Amino acid sequence: MSGLQHAQQYWYPVAMTNELSSGQSRHTQLLGTPLLLEGGDTLSASTNDGKPLSVQRAFDHWWVTLSDDPLPLFSINEVAETDRTFVPCGVVRVACSPLRAVENFLDIAHFPFVHTDVLGAEPHTEVYKYDVKIDESKDEVIASNIHFYQPQAAKSAEGGIETEYVYRVPAPMVAVLYKTCPQRADAMDVIALFVQPIDEETCDVWPWMALYDDTSSMADLIHFQQFIFLQDRSILENQIPRKLPLDPGQEIPTRADLTSVSYRRWLKKRGAYYGAVEQR
Amino acid sequence: MSFTLYNYVLSGNCYKIRLLASLLQVNYKSIAVDFHPGQEHKTEPLLQINPAGTLPILVTEDDQVFTETPAMLVWMAQQFDDSGNWWPVNDPQKIPLILQWLGFAGSLSATVGELRLHSMLNKPLDAAKVRAASINVLRELESYLTEQRIHQHQWLAGNQPTVADIACFPYAALSPDAGIEHDEYPAIRSWLHALRSLDGFVTIPGIYELHELRNPDGPVPAATGTDPD
Repeated sequence: MSGLQHAQQYWYPVAMTNELSSGQSRHTQLLGTPLLLEGGDTLSASTNDGKPLSVQRAFDHWWVTLSDDPLPLFSINEVAETDRTFVPCGVVRVACSPLRAVENFLDIAHFPFVHTDVLGAEPHTEVYKYDVKIDESKDEVIASNIHFYQPQAAKSAEGGIETEYVYRVPAPMVAVLYKTCPQRADAMDVIALFVQPIDEETCDVWPWMALYDDTSSMADLIHFQQFIFLQDRSILENQIPRKLPLDPGQEIPTRADLTSVSYRRWLKKRGAYYGAVEQR
Repeated sequence: MSFTLYNYVLSGNCYKIRLLASLLQVNYKSIAVDFHPGQEHKTEPLLQINPAGTLPILVTEDDQVFTETPAMLVWMAQQFDDSGNWWPVNDPQKIPLILQWLGFAGSLSATVGELRLHSMLNKPLDAAKVRAASINVLRELESYLTEQRIHQHQWLAGNQPTVADIACFPYAALSPDAGIEHDEYPAIRSWLHALRSLDGFVTIPGIYELHELRNPDGPVPAATGTDPD
């Protein structure tokens, strides 16, 4: 199975559910295939030669697959907690491999340097030992027990707190993070990155959040997330090579990169080479 | 006197106001507008304040409304700048030159700024055409700043930064967001560096703080060519 064929088995976000109303349409692209999206009660998606594609609604987005026999869409249980604020943050185009967008989202060590005074600050730069495992039953990468000092962990945070993180990679181009909720000790905020692969070196990223925050306006929450993600974007567009190397030896990881190492191994084992440096 | 800013965190034009306010140490009230994806600036009630449907909007304490960025910058300098350098009314020869560059900042917004919205937020655009126009505008700025350096002037209008520098800075600095790197623009790079060195400088995603200027009370790292870091 080629990297493209592997990638075609999955579902990908192409629009927010409130974006296209009846009569409106938009062109986009998925895994190199141009698509036409037409709004309505249910989004209609088709390829240029008129083939209709399967569509489903989840997490405030429309998801599309190019496969006639796709893998099931992953779940995020917190979507059922209706007292959360659900925030689709809008699309951001990044000229990088879709896999690099996910990998960067899993990284903590860059916080003090890229998200200075928000998600991290000098001299609090140490990444403490954390755990990574592959959950074979769900076929997911899980990183847990991550603790990091953050000057402003969320819009709702007042001052610096030590934040706990858990990361999940439930599909090659999806990352979900659970982090300490500044307003509720018994719950965790959920922030996800849904990546639409335009081609192997370009992606549209749809950040989505499910938060407990009863003080910030929707615009404030969107601004906070966009501010963070656009700081990442300028770094991502400068990573060389554009595609993600999966083989060890091409880049030298440290212990802080354990999640990235596991993610790359997991991708390689599954043949998820779309957006990766092909070297089998 | 203070003001309210209707703000979008990624907007280069809103950033001009945030930047000058920080340089002049002015506190103000910021209201987040859902520019993307919500297009809130094109809806009521914001259209009642600014029928043009653009951001930023600056509303003064006595309810004067500004919707044009150059006017906001001049108003802020007049209100809050005791030095008289940012809008140098005591040096009237400079005023036409500053107005020239305040106008030029509009060309930067219309080219680099639009291309950035296309590259970053998928705004529909004739990208090849706007990219060519962006490069022309940046070359004009590069050429002028090169001449300024020959005359030993670091800024657009002489040896002090003015509102003209603030107006032109964001979209020149953010051109890499639009896929135009700064490699070919050494005079622009040097001028951007000078602006980032100012006390009170604040960032926007895509423009980073100069690292050695953080923690100004701490020891200054030695400038050597063999820094092990």
